[in-house]
Amino acid sequence: MARDWRELFIVDGAEPLPAATVEEPERRIGRFRRLRDSLRKTRQALQSEIQATLFEDLSDETWERLEEALIYADVGASTTAKVVGQLEQEAAENRLTGGQELSDRLVELLTGIAQTGDDTIDLRAHPTVILVAGVNGTGKTTTLGKLAWHLSRELGRSVVLAAGDTFRAAAVEQLEQWAQRADVAFVKGGPGADSASVAFDAIAAARRDGADVLLIDTAGRLHTQDNLMAELAKVRRVIAKQIPEAPHETLLTVDATTGQNGLRQAKAFSEAIDVSGLVLTKLDGTAKGGIALAIASELGIPVKLIGVGEQLEDLRPFDAAEFARALVT
Amino acid sequence: MFDSLAEKLQATLADVRGRGTLTEDDINAAMREIRLALLEADVNFKVVKSFTNAVKERALGADIIGKLNPGQQVVKIVSDELTDLMGGAAGDLAFSPRPPTIVLVAGLQGSGKTTAVAKLARYLREEHHSSVAVAACDVYRPAAVDQLIKVGAQAGADVYEQGTDRNPVDIAKWAADRARTEGKDVLIVDTSGRLHVDQELMTELANIKKAIGPTDVLLVVDAMTGQDAVNVAEQFAEVVDFDGVVMTKLDGDARGGAALSVKAVTGKPILFASTGEKLDQFERFHPDRMAQRILGMGDVMTLIEKAQGSYDEQQAAELERKLRKQEFSLDDFLDQMRQIRKLGPLQSLLGMIPGMGKEMRGVKIDEKEFDRLQAIILSMTPQERRHPELIKGSRRLRIAKGSGTNVQAVKQLIKQFDQMRKVMRQVSQGRMPDLGALMRQSR
Repeated sequence: MARDWRELFIVDGAEPLPAATVEEPERRIGRFRRLRDSLRKTRQALQSEIQATLFEDLSDETWERLEEALIYADVGASTTAKVVGQLEQEAAENRLTGGQELSDRLVELLTGIAQTGDDTIDLRAHPTVILVAGVNGTGKTTTLGKLAWHLSRELGRSVVLAAGDTFRAAAVEQLEQWAQRADVAFVKGGPGADSASVAFDAIAAARRDGADVLLIDTAGRLHTQDNLMAELAKVRRVIAKQIPEAPHETLLTVDATTGQNGLRQAKAFSEAIDVSGLVLTKLDGTAKGGIALAIASELGIPVKLIGVGEQLEDLRPFDAAEFARALVT
Repeated sequence: MFDSLAEKLQATLADVRGRGTLTEDDINAAMREIRLALLEADVNFKVVKSFTNAVKERALGADIIGKLNPGQQVVKIVSDELTDLMGGAAGDLAFSPRPPTIVLVAGLQGSGKTTAVAKLARYLREEHHSSVAVAACDVYRPAAVDQLIKVGAQAGADVYEQGTDRNPVDIAKWAADRARTEGKDVLIVDTSGRLHVDQELMTELANIKKAIGPTDVLLVVDAMTGQDAVNVAEQFAEVVDFDGVVMTKLDGDARGGAALSVKAVTGKPILFASTGEKLDQFERFHPDRMAQRILGMGDVMTLIEKAQGSYDEQQAAELERKLRKQEFSLDDFLDQMRQIRKLGPLQSLLGMIPGMGKEMRGVKIDEKEFDRLQAIILSMTPQERRHPELIKGSRRLRIAKGSGTNVQAVKQLIKQFDQMRKVMRQVSQGRMPDLGALMRQSR
């Protein structure tokens, strides 16, 4: 059973989500087909490894090939070693016999790792402040545009989008176009404004308008740029000064094509702004997004959303079981 | 995870010292470390496999020669093989004998195409004195054209754009004609980001190429890309047969194994490296240096080159004379500090020094600290700078006040300067001081 938006978002009991989010079974199949398609190659890779084990005894080579399949998915050496080691041990203790059991257990292990921490987004505060950060080119602005559209069109929330990326040329214009598409309110700073002041103004605007959700964009930055990371921490502090519990959600966008550097990104951003969840973007390519497993395993940060395309509806709640299953079956 | 491969190999093979040759077990132990290091650096696992096999073959039975210990020997083999695989000297763009030279730039979403286009435009203007135009063919991403208009202008290039209503193939063709009419030396064509598996957009890219007949096709690849880099490069090679690669975001801490994978799988050279958000942070790519970076061996060549570029020979000779005669004063110290700072941010300099990686890991250099030191020295009289031992109570107070610091800071500086003089005396007498210990001390 796939996870849907109602399982991702927590809202006030008094106001159930509109029926629009209840999906027809066929529609849901369509939605997840794309995710499965995007994970097809990994699946094929892993499937052939697992099927091979159906026909031969478990040998060192089997484990090596499974290891390679996970490495190929960017899961990383240490998380791969953990999974394969566990599986190998259980097989050695004769707890697993045959390829099917092996493959089921593998899915179970992967799901267990992917499912970490609180993987919901609580929308009960008014406004709920969601801050989005990430390395350049990972899809922050696109993610925000899609999220605004979903919250507004499908959940009927009143949304304010804040253009906190005051650095990159035309980033404000890009977000403004998304705001128009999603038909939500838009806040930008005057010329020369910094992200923190935009965040400050946006909170004032969201309060004034009684908005349900405030989404704040930030400029892309490499996690190694200390001064830019300090600037980001300041944005967070400025938000918290206005609303003590805010930002209620701090999302980090991670490009699914990212390799092992993703771990360092997640670590550095977490230290600066206490990341509460990942958005795993660009899963519609051939990249496997296995780095999200490594991040979940080593840092305990859950994936909350995935991006599977450029269309407005191509943002989905992350489903650990689905993700793991799509990897191996 | 941060330990360099060179250090690991040294440790793994430490006990082999004294034996004549490396045994198969030694080699296998070393190969495990190499494999892990390369995978950690995001080198494609198939490339890793063939690479370790090649290294193993060369290392097996290799006599331990000269002064190299077994660890160093394997490091050398790895480094040689890796440099071979990355390709030797830096490549360059092909220029059309009949201008304009047309450069088509393509890549995945978010890889940094638009920024790379502007940087390349600036580079060609500055280094080749070319007149450059850029064409905005990304009609899909919101505000992409606006972005190119802004950064293109910053780079001093003419920006050819027709908004987002026309077909990118038509825009490209129109831009190529216009570049010809306007007598531009170079036209750089920016395209929208596309997934290598998106058939419709890949066909469009092939059509753009067909329509304008570019001199060079460049693929932009994010240095942080993982195992998928190979798929991306293979697909783009198949559809547009690109000529070279621009690696972006190399200013981060990614080891950049993707560079090796792309080179190994497609055979296409990596031509340029993009290393920051500013337009001038863009340079020719040096494959041999990348090999060192992937291995975590430091980037000595870049450091040496930077130092050579900004250091005055005469000043160096004068300094050497002073060191020998022990006339090194706080004025010279100030000079040295200014010289070093001309090389760039200290943090990045330290990363380039081999062996410094471990010692300086996690050490944050506060550039402002240097401003404070400078202020203190500038608050001293010439006499005091030559003879810091004169600086006692009231002088110390005056200097602290003059520099806006405190007495403690002045004391500290003089103490550090004394230590430095001691070290320099050792060096000039031919003894190598323990740099690591010095670093720890002065912090």
